[in-house]
This record gives sequence, structure tokens and C-alpha cells, in this order.
Amino acid sequence: MSEKESEKRRRMRSIAIAWALVGLAALFFVVTLVRLGANVGNRAL
Amino acid sequence: MASRSVDMTAQPQGVEIASGGSVEDFVALMKPRVMSLVVFTALVGLVAAPGSMHPVMAATALLCIAVGAGASGALNMWFDADIDARMARTAARPIPRGRIAPDDALAFGVVLAFFSVLTLGLLVNWVAGALLGLTIAFYIFVYTMWLKRRTPQNIVIGGAAGAFPPMVGWASATGAVSLESAILFLIIFMWTPPHFWALALYRCRDYERVGVPMLPVVAGPDETRRQILIYALLLAPIAVLPVFVGLGGWLYGVASVTLGGAFVALSWQVYRTREGRAGDAAAKRLFSFSILYLFAIFAALLLEKLVGIDGTVVGRMLA
Repeated sequence: MSEKESEKRRRMRSIAIAWALVGLAALFFVVTLVRLGANVGNRAL
Repeated sequence: MASRSVDMTAQPQGVEIASGGSVEDFVALMKPRVMSLVVFTALVGLVAAPGSMHPVMAATALLCIAVGAGASGALNMWFDADIDARMARTAARPIPRGRIAPDDALAFGVVLAFFSVLTLGLLVNWVAGALLGLTIAFYIFVYTMWLKRRTPQNIVIGGAAGAFPPMVGWASATGAVSLESAILFLIIFMWTPPHFWALALYRCRDYERVGVPMLPVVAGPDETRRQILIYALLLAPIAVLPVFVGLGGWLYGVASVTLGGAFVALSWQVYRTREGRAGDAAAKRLFSFSILYLFAIFAALLLEKLVGIDGTVVGRMLA
């Protein structure tokens, strides 16, 4: 495998890991909203 | 029935050491075709379960189950890289081809397993999370590491790992394990031996060469054909059980009876046709049909739930 090809693969893997982490954070955020549901609007201020 | 062990300390042969795979290689490491059947059966378990589930929660559960299945595939390929390299069916996998280093595959599998179980537990419920963890652990430690190279009953007991997904789906929706989800488990559990033994019949030399004691290697093709027929005869009535517990309706009943009959008929052909290419062709037909069979009976169950056919009506009539 050439140096260039190796570099390209590493870059693509890094991007995939970054997207996976962003996806995981977004998933936790969305599920938190779903679980809280209408209670967010009903909370005591 | 004799069993034999394989030297687990032997150095892997034919495994090239890679410096880093592409994203596609890592996707291949997750066995996407196996994953699709796992996700589908989990979806059916989830939809068939009583009560309702928010679509986001359902999607989250299925994503975690898919990633957990991918983790199992990656860890299985890591451990089996030595024999994969010497079998025609598996030689093109990423580790034997030198596309991914074994250590990378191990790390990838462990990280995916950890996050899939943790995420399912935290976001959906811990019964489902624990079941997913059990499924992955069973597939890796019990099937891959312990049974696969030691006993011809490997896929009988190890088949439990592939049978858990509908239970995980059911537990995701209800937070519990029930008789209905245990029946879905039992259907896949009984389906697994004839499915893999049909494959092993025409891949017998591959397994023999690498020392995996599949039933045709240890007990011979004739005994394997007998066992396939026995399991098919057990599977066909077991697959009708959902009708009797109100899980399946008339559509499922018709599908499970007719497809079960076809499964037995093809198994009978395998039992009767023992020589040469005709014997291999019969085994290949059964193997292909077995995939269609499982997909079709679960699809019937899914369709019933989606269009609202009430399984309890038939259940009450038959009770």
C-alpha cells in the first residue's frame, strides 16, 4: 500500500469516527427530548 | 457421536498483517448480511410486542442491536482469522486479505460491543441492554471461542446467539421477557442447525481442512442428513406455536404451515439424495430456502401487526 493510499484511508477512518461520535451525541440529545416529552413545558419555574 | 478439539495455540496461517483498512473494510467486518437478518428479526420482536413504542426509541433500539450484531461479527472474524484464511467461503474477509490488522478488528469489535450495550441500556432499558450483552458474549465466548472448534454440536448450542435478537427487540418494547418472545427464540434456535448443516454438507471439505468439527466432518453426511430431517420435523410445528398464544393470526398460520411443509419436503429431498452433484444441489436448495423461510414467516408476523390482523381471534378459536 502506498503512503498516499494509507494516508487517505486514515483520513476516511477519522472522518467516519467523527461522524459516529456526532451521531451518538445527537442520538442521546434526541432521545432525552423524547423521554422528557411534554414535561419540559410543564415543569415548575 | 465423537467430538474433537483443535489446537487453539497454533499460529494463524495465511493471515497477512495490515496497516489499516478502509471504511468499507470495517463495514465488511461487521458481516452486514448477517446483520440485516438480525435487525429484521429484532424488528419483528419489537413490533409484535404488546403496547406502543415511540418511533425514535424503536429506531434507537434497532440501531443498538445492529451495532451489537456488527461487534459480534468483527470479534468473530478476529478470532477465526486463521481458519477464515484457509476456507474458500471466508478467504476474502478483511483480515485474511490483509486489509485490516487483527488488533484493529479486536479493538473495533470491543468498542462497538461496549457502546451498543451501554447505549441500549441507558436509552431504552436495561433488560434489553443485558440481553444484547448476553447475545454478544454468547456468540463470542460460548460459540466462537469454546464450541466451534470443539464439538459438532457447535451450531446447535451456539445457535442461541442468533436466536436472541427477537427477544432483545421484544424486551426493548416491553422491558421484559415473555413466553411469546421465547417462542420466537425457539423458532430461530430450531431453524439454525438444519440451515448450517445444509451449508456444511456441500462445504464439508473446507471445514475438514481447517479442523472445524461440523457434523458432516465428524459424523458423516448420512447422519447429517438424518439430523437435518429431524430438526425440520421439529421446526415445522414449533413455527406454528405463535398462532396458539395469540401472537400470530391466520396469515401467519397459513404461512408457517405451508412454508414449514416446504422446509420438511426439501429436507426429505436432502435425506434421499445422497450422491454427487445432485446431493450437493439438494443441500444448496435447502440452504437457500431456509433463509427465505425465516424471512418469510417473520415477515408474515410483521405484516399482520402492521395491517392490524388480530392474532388473538385465531388463538381463541383454537383454544
